Amino acid sequence: MKELSLNILDIAENSVKARADKVEITLTETDETLEIKISDNGCGMKPDFLAEVTDPFTTTRTTRKVGLGIPLFKMASEQTGGALTVTSKHEDEYPEDHGTVTAALFYKNHLDFTPLGDVISTLTVLIQGSPDIRWVYTHTMPKGTVSLDTNELKAVLGEEVPLNLPEVLVWISDYLKEQYGEVN
Amino acid sequence: MKSLAELAAIKEKMQNKVVLREGSSNVRVVVGMATCGIAAGARPVLSAFVEEVTAQGLSDKVTVTQTGCIGICQYEPVVEIFEADKEKVTYIKMTHEKAKEVVEKHLKGGKVIEEYTISSIK
Repeated sequence: MKELSLNILDIAENSVKARADKVEITLTETDETLEIKISDNGCGMKPDFLAEVTDPFTTTRTTRKVGLGIPLFKMASEQTGGALTVTSKHEDEYPEDHGTVTAALFYKNHLDFTPLGDVISTLTVLIQGSPDIRWVYTHTMPKGTVSLDTNELKAVLGEEVPLNLPEVLVWISDYLKEQYGEVN
Repeated sequence: MKSLAELAAIKEKMQNKVVLREGSSNVRVVVGMATCGIAAGARPVLSAFVEEVTAQGLSDKVTVTQTGCIGICQYEPVVEIFEADKEKVTYIKMTHEKAKEVVEKHLKGGKVIEEYTISSIK
């Protein structure tokens, strides 16, 4: 992947497939590090599947929904000296409190750090594809925070106007661009 | 500064149109958004379809959606176009620019761009 924002898109698609109705994408930056965390309330994974989820070679065709996504994200973090962790609670075992958290740490000053890239496009593509999911985005940087919660937008738009209306997507994109402009 | 009031204005403007839009779409553009597609550049392709369909005033007729792995990863980004009573058209190795061209010539003009389709390699 050329940008970490593409890894975020890819991992968040797993949350969509896990039938989550809330997905939180949290980026926390210091001068040296970037942590990317994707948490969902989807169906979760069973322990035996979770154990092999970062290994591309033990993934079978039937479990292809995971495939190379997590291994690529893991590689991107480890090549900077960072690490990736996946924790998950399957709905069978945790009927009230299930879901998956994928978190990766990156050292930004490492030669092999992949730039974050166009995270705004990632968010608009995710909202376009799954407007009924509650997307909560928070990017904390040393100089300030950029955030978006689609529930707040839905409160304004009501039931009739979907979030994936092109005009709304353009508004979301501009809204985030302005927030980034103020922080930088 | 973008405000929620602006969003409320969009709502006002769109409410009537949305009613018309439901159920009237008869062309479906499906972009493959699995790891293979994303790594090959599907994100700008999807954005191009969304932007261009709106810009060309086709949003009443065309719906843009996403799917998982279509199964021909070597040809990603792959875009399938479904139209009532017509055979499915599969475009391969798409780019942002090619996507705009497909909207213009195929979705608007009604002419399939053969050289971008999967049948061009057989």
